[in-house]
Amino acid sequence: MNFNLKIWRQAEGSAAGKFVDYQAKEIPAEASFLEMLDIVNEGLIARNEEPVAFDSDCREGICGTCSLVINGVPHGPGKAKTTCQLYMRRFRDGDTIWVEPFRVLAFPIIKDLIVNRSALDQIVEAGGYISVRAGSAPEANGIAVSKRDADLSMEAAACIGCGACAAACPNSSAMLFTAAKISHLGLLPQGQVERSRRAVSMVRKMDELGFGNCSNQYECEAVCPAEISAGFIARLNRDYAGSAVKEAVLAE
Amino acid sequence: MPVATLTPAPARKFSRNPLIAFYQSSIGKKWIVGATGAILFAYVIGHLIGNLQVFLGPDRINGYAQFLHDLGPTLWVIRLSLLLAFIIHIVATIQLAQQNKAARPQAYAVQGYQRSTLTSRTMVVSGLIVLCFVIYHLLHFTFEATNPVFRTLEDSHGRHDVYRMLILGFRKPLISFFYVLSMFLLACHLSHGFASVVQTFGINNSKISGIVARSGESLASLIFIGYISIPIFILLRIVH
Ligand code: HEM
Ligand code: FES
Repeated sequence: MNFNLKIWRQAEGSAAGKFVDYQAKEIPAEASFLEMLDIVNEGLIARNEEPVAFDSDCREGICGTCSLVINGVPHGPGKAKTTCQLYMRRFRDGDTIWVEPFRVLAFPIIKDLIVNRSALDQIVEAGGYISVRAGSAPEANGIAVSKRDADLSMEAAACIGCGACAAACPNSSAMLFTAAKISHLGLLPQGQVERSRRAVSMVRKMDELGFGNCSNQYECEAVCPAEISAGFIARLNRDYAGSAVKEAVLAE
Repeated sequence: MPVATLTPAPARKFSRNPLIAFYQSSIGKKWIVGATGAILFAYVIGHLIGNLQVFLGPDRINGYAQFLHDLGPTLWVIRLSLLLAFIIHIVATIQLAQQNKAARPQAYAVQGYQRSTLTSRTMVVSGLIVLCFVIYHLLHFTFEATNPVFRTLEDSHGRHDVYRMLILGFRKPLISFFYVLSMFLLACHLSHGFASVVQTFGINNSKISGIVARSGESLASLIFIGYISIPIFILLRIVH
């Protein structure tokens, strides 16, 4: 298959960027989007040109390293998959495909299509953990967890932290990410001790980093490779209000 | 490879006062927008029910208007609370919108919206047009500044003749058209607003979100039909 690519090129974060046209020729239909870019890069290297910089690691949808906004959609067309799981057979022969980096203030561009997503790590550092002495494994049935809460917590824990939610959000909000991280701990008994502090400090960090405010548009849910439900944002909204009150009272 | 530095100074600052800090946080501000929006929403429904009494004849609507006026200080408490809710709602949403704009300095070259709607993306536009409408509406029927002649209308009981005022006001096609258009934008605003408030208050979940969204649309449609029925029936001379 052949494609006309319009790829965002930017030498470094502070440089100006622009779209450059590339022809992707004789691409197998079963190639993934990243493999297609690999083929294009091989051609560039053979011609002594700078290859297109993009992120990837596992290439099987579990690490959350790949990114890209393809024709305006983070991780490209289709549901519940990452860019590394997007196959060229989804496109038509001869299609023009726009490839852009995630455009979020809190994700500065490093080069071409690579952005720095350590803002998400900073949100987790602000409270996305539980403080326990990690000794030998405790008795598995020592703490009872209801099936419902365990399932819901696991659903939230499926987040791979790719940042597509913030990239898709018209407001560059990281609410789906933060909601998933807060919920998967907040739903479990082990997460209760630090629950209110966690919600307040993680949301504050998210705000300080310059992410936007959720306006309930659910673009995040639509592109999430782990299909995290925007229902977790509702859970965060109520968790946050309760936590803010609790923390204010406890602070006295 | 040069490592891009993250925004060095925090994009937002927080007060030590927990109440102010709550308002400064993204979620706290959304709670305030939701709470004021819900108050205004309730008013919109109450106002509609009051207005629909025009179809029960002059005696009913004029009596209702008289009843409201006789509330005296209570009426002013209600009016000032609504004004306060309105101002807070507008100030908070404009601040949210500015922060949202700042969070994406460079727009995408291609936009591939999946789930959001035109209505949900244009809340500020529909809101600001509703604001213009509210100002005009108050000058038109409450302060009667645009048509001072309305002040002189009295019915046979010596009450302010609201019924005649509505008939005279809405017989002008251009004015009725502006009312209908404004009510359409209000309905758009409330359609997303309803679903939004349920989400912001944390009542939503993935099982009911579809029903919530459709309830918002249905409620907004009913409000739209209810409000526009008045100018339309008057324009068509069915109510005269
Ligand atoms: C009769 C007047 C109005 C009513 C009944 C009303 C009602 C509502 C409701 C119920 C919401 C949902 C709140 C939430 O997100 O939880 C909302 C949101 C919003 N309103 Fe209004 N509103 C009115 C006027 C205005 C005006 C004049 C503006 C002008 C700027 C405005 C701007 C917005 C915006 C931007 C949102 C979305 C906020 C967000 O989701 O981030 N509204 N409104
Ligand atoms: S490279 Fe790991 S998820 Fe795509």
